[in-house]
Amino acid sequence: MAVPKRKMSRSNTRSRRANWKATPTTLTTCPRCNAPRQPHIACPNCGTYNGRQYAEAERTEHQA
Amino acid sequence: MPTPTKGPRVGGGPAHERLILSNLATALFENDRITTTEAKAKRLRPLAERLITFAKRGDLAARRRVLAVVRDKGAVHRLFAEIAPDMAQREGGYTRITKIGARKGDNAPMAVIELVREPLSAKKATVKEAEAATKRAAKDAAAAPAEAAPAEEPTAAVEADEAAVSDAQADAPAVDLPEGAAPATTDGSAPEGYTVKGNASSKLYHEPDGQWYDQTVAEFWFKSAEDAEAAGFTKAGAKD
Ligand SMILES: [Zn+2]
Repeated sequence: MAVPKRKMSRSNTRSRRANWKATPTTLTTCPRCNAPRQPHIACPNCGTYNGRQYAEAERTEHQA
Repeated sequence: MPTPTKGPRVGGGPAHERLILSNLATALFENDRITTTEAKAKRLRPLAERLITFAKRGDLAARRRVLAVVRDKGAVHRLFAEIAPDMAQREGGYTRITKIGARKGDNAPMAVIELVREPLSAKKATVKEAEAATKRAAKDAAAAPAEAAPAEEPTAAVEADEAAVSDAQADAPAVDLPEGAAPATTDGSAPEGYTVKGNASSKLYHEPDGQWYDQTVAEFWFKSAEDAEAAGFTKAGAKD
């Protein structure tokens, strides 16, 4: 089995990890209730998408 | 080499995958709508639509082919007796997937997949009506080019030319000018007296106090909301 020959330096490890970046979630406002919501996903506040109602989409602040 | 199945694999093996998909199809035909993960919903859609096509055919051979996937005779009966007649007018697109955000716990993206059982006519009729109204308005605008007086001369000339060729169904990239509207100026500012922005592709208009007014690039300008309504535009955000 192929194994690393040398211990990876802290510098190399850290420079690799420095490129793991989070990106902010794109948000739009719901046309029905003006709450922020992700595009192409039913509104987590009122559950509407494209004029239709999806109760399954509704989330309280305790559910992610 | 056969074309590989589109979408992600589900389950622990081919037999497990067939079982999962047939169970999902059975649940969908029993309940009309089910909540599942996006990946499973996307795999279920082509299978369910194919089964509905069999159900629309309605003969014994078709029923037996559906029974090979959906083992539940009650679900198959419901599919052939209740669901298939509702789909008679529809040419495909029998199911609809709506994303509903991630699940708590494993953060899996979830979706609702549902049978589209509402009649086809209502919405399609309004769309056709709107298209006809736009065409009529375009013809009126061509008949009375003085309507677009505040516009600059070259734009008006181009619009008139396009209105002339629209009879020949030419694929003009720009849209015809509705009645009571002024075309957009090159610098994006409002023509004198025109305050309401119109979006040509979405057929929505935006009033100055609207939510999306600032971010909207106006293809048309209207003097008032009534003018925009008369030209076949609807108020932005007033979908339901
Ligand atoms: Zn909402």
